[in-house]
Amino acid sequence: MTTASLREPAPGVRSAPTPRSAATASGSVGIVQPKRQHFAQPLALASGASIADYTLVYETYGTLAPDRSNAVLVCHALNASHHVAGTYADPPHEVGWWDNMVGPGKPVDTDRFFVIGVNNLGSCFGSTGPMSPDPATGRPYGPDFPVVTVEDWVNAQARLADALGIERFAAVMGGSLGGMQALAWATMYPQRVAHCVAVATAPKLSAQNIAFNEVARRAIITDPDFHGGRFYDHGVVPARGLQVARMIGHITYLSDDTMAERFGRTLKNADYRYGFDVEFEIESYLRYQGEKFSRYFDANTYLLITRALDYFDPARARAGDLAAALQPAQARFLVASFTTDWRFSPERSREIVEALLRNGRQVTYAEIDAPHGHDAFLLDSPQYHALVRAFFGRIPVGGAR
Amino acid sequence: MSAVAQPGFARGTQAAAALQAAASGGVSAPGVLRPDLALIADWIPAGARVLDLGCGDGALLAHLQAAKGCTGYGVEIDDAAVLACVARGVDVIQRDIEAGLDLFAGVQFDVVVLSMAIQVTYRTERVIREMSAVGREGILSFPNFGHWSHALSLLRGRMPMSRDMPYQWYDTPNLHLTTLADFEAFLRTLGLEAVQRACMTDGRPVRVWPEGRARQAIYRFRRPEARR
Repeated sequence: MTTASLREPAPGVRSAPTPRSAATASGSVGIVQPKRQHFAQPLALASGASIADYTLVYETYGTLAPDRSNAVLVCHALNASHHVAGTYADPPHEVGWWDNMVGPGKPVDTDRFFVIGVNNLGSCFGSTGPMSPDPATGRPYGPDFPVVTVEDWVNAQARLADALGIERFAAVMGGSLGGMQALAWATMYPQRVAHCVAVATAPKLSAQNIAFNEVARRAIITDPDFHGGRFYDHGVVPARGLQVARMIGHITYLSDDTMAERFGRTLKNADYRYGFDVEFEIESYLRYQGEKFSRYFDANTYLLITRALDYFDPARARAGDLAAALQPAQARFLVASFTTDWRFSPERSREIVEALLRNGRQVTYAEIDAPHGHDAFLLDSPQYHALVRAFFGRIPVGGAR
Repeated sequence: MSAVAQPGFARGTQAAAALQAAASGGVSAPGVLRPDLALIADWIPAGARVLDLGCGDGALLAHLQAAKGCTGYGVEIDDAAVLACVARGVDVIQRDIEAGLDLFAGVQFDVVVLSMAIQVTYRTERVIREMSAVGREGILSFPNFGHWSHALSLLRGRMPMSRDMPYQWYDTPNLHLTTLADFEAFLRTLGLEAVQRACMTDGRPVRVWPEGRARQAIYRFRRPEARR
């Protein structure tokens, strides 16, 4: 196994753009470079398939303490990447997706913690995924890339931790799908997780949630440019499908109130045009988001990651008993939800809390009053960031102060 | 550190309770436990599993963890108080106790505490029943409406206002004020047994005529079958 800095982005390495405007200069980890870690050992997957060898792209911020006690793993959600914090030398505007959370003096303080962001297997930002060459054929995996689960990602991340010499994380954290990974970490590797921070997440998707994912997938799969997932061979991308998928996703990430406040019924033009082109600002916004997304996100990856979301259900193997599923966890938990988040509602977080309470685990639960819907986990509402700051402030780290 | 965010009760009942508790006993400074909380802490055995409803800034649990090796959780609705708990290392569940203790179904605690908040609850009977369901013992404190000064106010034709109840009739969060005798009768109605009582004014015990002289009362109660 080798760890090499990327001087130039490897083929296929693209970074997710930041969801928000550029970070302020103060408190930024500054210019960062992704690193690569290759794993030659096959990884057995939940599906029964295995992946022969693979590469994970990751970034680190801060300094690993001599006793390696201050490592924090940040798990990403659907469309994000290893680029959690900081900027790149080129292009300089690509600020990490959780830059408001991670950095010197930030809630997850890189002056104290050594923070790792890792791009998951099957994603499209440099780690092995559908765009990577299949060693069996030499062509891109495309639709032949094995379906991966949250648990598979965690196993892959654990190997990265091994490679970095990190036996136990001070904390594993994530929001949304990232929170699912944090939960899985706490139960799959209980001795390796001291603290678990699960934000705006759920112990499993509801039927409504799976339904949204399925509509998104059908939009992609039925796009004539999808070519059964072999669109790379045709030099096209199923852009329309990706756009619709992103538009649907985006609607579910915002609250009704946020949409009403930001767009309302504001018209693009002075008056109705009695047609089907963009009439309302909200339409313009969704189209813009969709088009932007379709330029950088891989369609096969979208299918894989939404499926991983659907499949996550740790209680399934325990006849639906979530408390039994979370029983192995030893970590101290911070579970947080947002009042207006209807995609990963507070009720879903409370299910996690109830299961942890039944096991007598140390858990704090915060239900944060924020108007932004699911998006709130990426934003910096004062109560939210103060809580994360206070929680991390209590985490003891040896040799890093 | 003050657990009090804004006066008033729009954000939830516990915040209002914290305000009243702070008014009656002073805000808990680090290391100094409010007198009524200090007394409650004395009643809680070392190593106990404790649920503190309306825990405010977590001062009681922090003390119990540090001094008596207790474990457990606070329940609190107020944002600033939740944050204060996290900052001092107290596990807290952000929830309105009126919404019920459903998250604690199937969990048993040695002691469930409700300090200076019962008077602001709407479903008071349900809250006390739930306390006795999840805890072997309950400890509950409230401002004593039977204090002589309240009677005097009424005789003068004015609604009572005091440090323990610093509200005008039109903006008070207090819904269910009680006297010692009424509270004891209610415990009997619920089939609960009062096992210990302490009455105090300004943090000092009141032994003579507490029904009329104590500003605060603290009760320890349990189901009769829970007797050890």
